[in-house]
Amino acid sequence: MYGTLLKCVREYKKPALLTILFIVLEAIIETIIPFITANLVNSIKNGTDITFIVKTGVLLILMAAISLSCGAAAGITCAKASAGFSKNLRHDVFEKIQTFAFKNIDKFSSASLVTRLTTDVNNVQMAFMMLIRIAVRAPLMLIFAFIMAFIMGGKLAVTFVIVIPILTSGLLLIAKFAMPAFRSVFKKYDRLNESIEENVRGMRVVKGFSREEYEKKKFGTAADSICKDFTKAERIVALNGPIMQLCVYFNMAFILSVGSKIVISNMGTVIDVGQISAMLTYGMQILMQLMMLSMIYVMLTMSAESVRRLNEVLTETPSIANPENPVTEVKDGSITFTDVNFKYSEKAKKYALFDIDLEIKSGMTVGIIGGTGSSKSTLVQLIPRLYDVTVGSVKVGGVDVREYDLDTLRDSVAMVLQKNVLFSGTIKENLRWGNENATDEEIIEACKLSQADEFVASFPDGYDTMIEQGGTNVSGGQKQRLCIARALLKKPKILILDDSTSAVDTKTDALIRAGFKKYIPDTTKIIIAQRIASVQDADLILVMDNGKISAMGKHDELLQKSEIYREVYEQQTNGGDGDAA
Amino acid sequence: MPRNMKGYGAPRKPGEALKSLKRIVKMLFKFYPVLVPVTIFCIIFSAGVSAIPAVFVQKVTANIEEYMVTGDWSAAKQVILPKIGILIVLYFFSIISMTLYQQLMAYMTQGFLNKMRCAMFDGMQDLPISYFDTHKHGDIMSYYTNDIDTLRQLVSQSLPTLIQAGSVVLFVLAIMLYYSVWLTLVVLFGVVMIMLVSGKVGGGSAKYFIRQQQSVGRQEGFVQEMMNGQKVVKVFCHEDESQEDFDALNNALFEDSYRAHAYANILGPIIMNIGNVLYVVIAIVGGLFLVSGLKNFSISGLAFGIDIIVPFLNMTKQFTGNFNQLSQQVNSIVMAVAGAERVFALMDEKPEADEGYVTLVNAKTDENGNLIETTERTHQWAWKHPHTADGSITYTPLKGEVTMNEVDFAYVEGKTVLHDVSVFAEPGQKIAFVGATGAGKTTITNLINRFYDIADGKIRYDGININKIRKSDLRRSLGIVLQETNLFTGSVMENIRYGRLDATDEECREAAKLAGADDFISRLPEGYDTELANNGSNLSQGQRQLIAIARAAVADPPVMILDEATSSIDTRTEAIVQRGMDALMKGRTVFVIAHRLSTVQNSDVIMVLDHGRIIERGSHSKLIADKGTYYQLYTGAFELE
Repeated sequence: MYGTLLKCVREYKKPALLTILFIVLEAIIETIIPFITANLVNSIKNGTDITFIVKTGVLLILMAAISLSCGAAAGITCAKASAGFSKNLRHDVFEKIQTFAFKNIDKFSSASLVTRLTTDVNNVQMAFMMLIRIAVRAPLMLIFAFIMAFIMGGKLAVTFVIVIPILTSGLLLIAKFAMPAFRSVFKKYDRLNESIEENVRGMRVVKGFSREEYEKKKFGTAADSICKDFTKAERIVALNGPIMQLCVYFNMAFILSVGSKIVISNMGTVIDVGQISAMLTYGMQILMQLMMLSMIYVMLTMSAESVRRLNEVLTETPSIANPENPVTEVKDGSITFTDVNFKYSEKAKKYALFDIDLEIKSGMTVGIIGGTGSSKSTLVQLIPRLYDVTVGSVKVGGVDVREYDLDTLRDSVAMVLQKNVLFSGTIKENLRWGNENATDEEIIEACKLSQADEFVASFPDGYDTMIEQGGTNVSGGQKQRLCIARALLKKPKILILDDSTSAVDTKTDALIRAGFKKYIPDTTKIIIAQRIASVQDADLILVMDNGKISAMGKHDELLQKSEIYREVYEQQTNGGDGDAA
Repeated sequence: MPRNMKGYGAPRKPGEALKSLKRIVKMLFKFYPVLVPVTIFCIIFSAGVSAIPAVFVQKVTANIEEYMVTGDWSAAKQVILPKIGILIVLYFFSIISMTLYQQLMAYMTQGFLNKMRCAMFDGMQDLPISYFDTHKHGDIMSYYTNDIDTLRQLVSQSLPTLIQAGSVVLFVLAIMLYYSVWLTLVVLFGVVMIMLVSGKVGGGSAKYFIRQQQSVGRQEGFVQEMMNGQKVVKVFCHEDESQEDFDALNNALFEDSYRAHAYANILGPIIMNIGNVLYVVIAIVGGLFLVSGLKNFSISGLAFGIDIIVPFLNMTKQFTGNFNQLSQQVNSIVMAVAGAERVFALMDEKPEADEGYVTLVNAKTDENGNLIETTERTHQWAWKHPHTADGSITYTPLKGEVTMNEVDFAYVEGKTVLHDVSVFAEPGQKIAFVGATGAGKTTITNLINRFYDIADGKIRYDGININKIRKSDLRRSLGIVLQETNLFTGSVMENIRYGRLDATDEECREAAKLAGADDFISRLPEGYDTELANNGSNLSQGQRQLIAIARAAVADPPVMILDEATSSIDTRTEAIVQRGMDALMKGRTVFVIAHRLSTVQNSDVIMVLDHGRIIERGSHSKLIADKGTYYQLYTGAFELE
C-alpha cells in the first residue's frame, strides 16, 4: 500500500537517504558523548590535573560540533526530502485527476478530491518526516542503549525485564483503543465540516426561513457529540505520559535501591557508582526510544487512512484513454448515432439511453426537448466522448469518436455544460480557455455573438473585470453567456448548448440563436432547451422521453405527431394567446 | 493567475499577536475558571517533582560512596532506604498530578475547541447576508478546519509545555543557586547564547511558517476551484494549463514549506549542542574551581566538591533540554496566533443589526370584536406593536400588504442599483418583476426580507415599517424560493419540514402534493425517508426545486417570493408545479421573478425593470396595449427573428 506513494520520492531520494545517514551519525555521537562526559566526571572526581580535563573538554566540544553539523544537516535534508515528497505527491495526484474521464470524476466528489490533495497529503508528509527522522534512529539508539545497559549494569539490567513489557503493552493497548476511536471521530468530524459548508452555502435559505437558532441548536448537538468522542479518544492517549513516567520512576527507584545494596555489600567490586548513574542514563534512553517507536506506530496507522485514500486516486484507471494511432482531424460536423445504448455504470439495471439511431448533417441546427431525467444531457455527452457508449457507436465526421485523438475531438466539439463554471481571473482570461491565442478582436466577436459584449463593456474594467471564485459576481444569465462565448472561441465544428440559456431572457436568447444562424452557419448546433421557442426553428427537433427519442422532426411535424411536444407547446403558449387576444 | 490572498495575512504587529494570545488564555479561564488553575497547579507540581530527584540521587550517591568503604549494607540501608522512600512518595504524587493534568488537558482542549467552534458558528448565523456575499466560502471553511486545528495544537501542547518547561527551568535554577552561584552564572551565560540563537533561527522559522500557511491557502483555493470545474477542464482540454498553474503554486508551497521546516529542524540540534558545550564548560570551570580551591558562594553554603559539580552537570542537561522543548513550540504558537486572529476576526464581525420590536403573535378576535393575543394556535396572526411613547400595544392583523416607496439602493456606496422603485402590493395580489438579468429584480426581494437594509420607512409590511419588525418574524411571514436551490443533508421529509419545524408528516406530504413533488418523492427508493447528501446531488435540478417549493409551501406564509424558481424545470414538470403554485398562491401576496413571460401573465401587476428603474407597470393586457418594452419582450419571445 505504501509502495505507490513512495515512488513519489523521486529526486528527493538523495536528501532522504542523506537524512538517515546524518541522523545515524548524530545518534552515534550522541551515544558516545555520555562516555566522554563520564570520563570527565571521573577525572574531576579523582582530582586529575586540569590539562586532562581541558583535553577531554576540547574533544567533547569537537564532538558537539560534529553532532551539531550532522543534526543541522539532517534537519535541512529532511525538510527538503519531506517537502519535496509531498510536492511530488500532490503533483502526481493532480496529474492523475487531469486524466480522469467524467465517469471517474463522478465517482469521487470534488470535495473529497480537495481533501485528498490537501489534508491527506499533509498527513502523509508528516508521517514521512517522522519516518526518516526517527524510524532509523530510534531502534538504533534502543539497541545501543540496551547493549550498554547490560554491559554496564550487569544484574541491574534486570529492571528492564520488568519495565519494558509493562511499557510496551501499555503503549500498545493505548494505541489499540485510541486508534479506532480516532478514526471514527475523524469521520464524524469530516461530516460536521461538510454540514458547516452546506450551511454557509445555503445561508440565504437559513436566513430566509429564519432558522438561525435551529441551525445553532443542530450544530451544537452535533458538535457536542463529536467533542465527547474526541475527549474520550484523547483521554486514552493522555495515559501515555503517566505510564511512561511510571516506568521511568520505577526504573530509578529500582536502580537506586538495588544498585546501592549491590555496590555497598560488595564494596564496589561488582559495580560502582559510575555504573549506577550510567544505568540511570541508559534506562531513560531506552524508555524514551520505546515511546518514540510507539509514536511512529500511531502516526503510521493514523496516516494509513490518508494513504489509502491517496492510493485510491493514484491507482484509478481513467475510463477513457486516447486510442493508439488516433485520428487527428475532424472532417466535418456530421454526427451519427448507430444503435446506441448507454448506462452510467455496469451495475445499473436500466439503460440511461437506449435504441438511439440518429443522423445529423454538418451545419444543421438540432433542438432537443424532453422532461427532467429524460437523458437529454446524456445523449449529447456521448458526442465529445465524455462518456463511452455501452453498445453501438457514435460517429463524428464519419469516424467513430473512439478513434479520435481526444484533444482533437473535444476541440472540434465544443460543449457548454449545464452546470458550468467560470474560474477566478479576468473575463478575458476565462474566455481564452476556448483559445489561448485568441486576439482581443476575436474575443469581442465571440462575446457579441453570445450577447455578452454589451454587459461586459458596461463593466468599468470591461474585459479585464475580475471574476470571483465560482463566478459569483456575475448573474446567472451573464455567466451563461460568457460560457457560450468561451465555447465559441474554439471555432468548433459542433457546438452543443446543454440548457445553456435557461437564465437568459427570451429576447437575448433569440438574439443568440439568430447570431448563430447568421455567423456560424457551417457549425452543427445542438441546443437542449426547456422553451419550445428556443428550438422551434431548428432543422431537426428531438423529443426525448425516458432515455429514448420518442419523436423527431420539424416543429410543424411534431405538433402533429408528438403528443408530448404538443402538450409542452400548448402549455408554454396558452396563457399568452388568451391574454393577447 | 493572481489569487486572492485575503485572510492569510501575517499577524500585523507583535503587539496584536500578543493580544490574540492573551485573549485565548482569557477565554480558557472564562470557560474553565476552576479547572485551568487546577491544571496549572498540577503541571507545576509535577514539573517540580521531576526536578527534585536530581538532589536525591546526588544524596544517595554520596551515601553509597560513604558506606562503600565499609561494605556495611545494614547500616547503609538505614540512611539510604528512607531517602528512596521519600522519593517514591514524591513519585507517587507526581504521577497522580500528571495523570490528572493530562486527563484535564484532554478534556479542556476538546471542550475549548468545541466551544470555539460553536461560538464561531453561532456568531456566523447572526451575520448579515452581505458577509457571505463578500467572503469566499472556502475561506470561511478554513476557519473551521485549518485555523481551529492550529488552536488545538496551541492549547493541548504549546501552552502546557510553556508552563511545564518554564517551571522546570525555574526550579532547576533555584537548585543551582542552592549549590553554587558561580556555576549558575556560567549556565545563565549559556542560556543567553541559546536565546540569542533561537531568536534568530526561530524568527526565520516563524516567517516561513506564516508564508507556508499563505501558500497552503492559495493552493487550497485553487484546488477547490479546479476540482469543482474539472468537467469544464475536460471539455476544454485544459488539463495541461491547469496542471501548469497547479505546479507553479505547488512549487511555491514547496519552497516555503522546505524553508520553514529546515529552520525549525535545525533549532533543536543547535540548542542541544550549545547544551553540550555548556556541559563541558561547567566541567572545566568546576574542575578549575576545585583545583584552585576558590571559595564557593551559594545558598546552601556547601563548599565546592565533586558532589556539587556532578549534579550540576546533570542539571545543565535538564536546563537546556527544557529550553529545547520551549523552542519547539515557537512555530506552533506563531501559527496558532495567526489562526486565532482569523477566528477572532470572524467572531468579532458585526452581527446583523435587528432593532425590530414588532413581533408576530397568534391572535384571536374576542367577544367585543377586538384582536387579542393568545397562546393557542389559531392560524390567525397579528403584528404586536408596542409603542414606547405611551406604553400602549396595538395589534394589526397579518394580511400580507407590502409597499415600497421611492426606494433607492446601493450595495456599494456610490453604485446605486435601484432608483426610485415604488411597489404597492395589496394582500393577495400577484406582482411580477420582469427584466433583463442585472436589472435589479433580485435586489428588490433582498430588500423586502431585509437581507439588505435600507433607510427607514420606505418599505412597509401591513403598514408597519419593516425596520421595526423583528427580522425573524418578518421572514417568517415571507416564504421564499430562491433561484439556486439549497437542500440540506437529511431526509426529504426533514428538508420539507425545514419550512415549518412543527409541521406533521401529513402536512409535509400535503405540501409536497401541492408543489407536485409527491409523485417523484414516492418513487424514490426510500420515499420520504430518502437521505439527501451533497445538496441533493442524487436528484435532478428540477426535483430539487420541487422540494424547495414544497418547503416554502409547508411554511404557509401570507407573502411569497418566487425568484426565478421555475427557470430550470422542464416544461412538463413546470406544468405540474404551476398547478401547485397557483393553488399555493391563492390568498397570498406573491412576488414572482421569472424569465418566461407565460408564468407572469396572470399577475395583477407586472413591473418591467431596466437598470434598476421601473420603466413600465400594469396588467398584462395594459402593457400589451401600451406597446412598450413589455410588448416587445412578449412578442420577442414568440417571434424569433
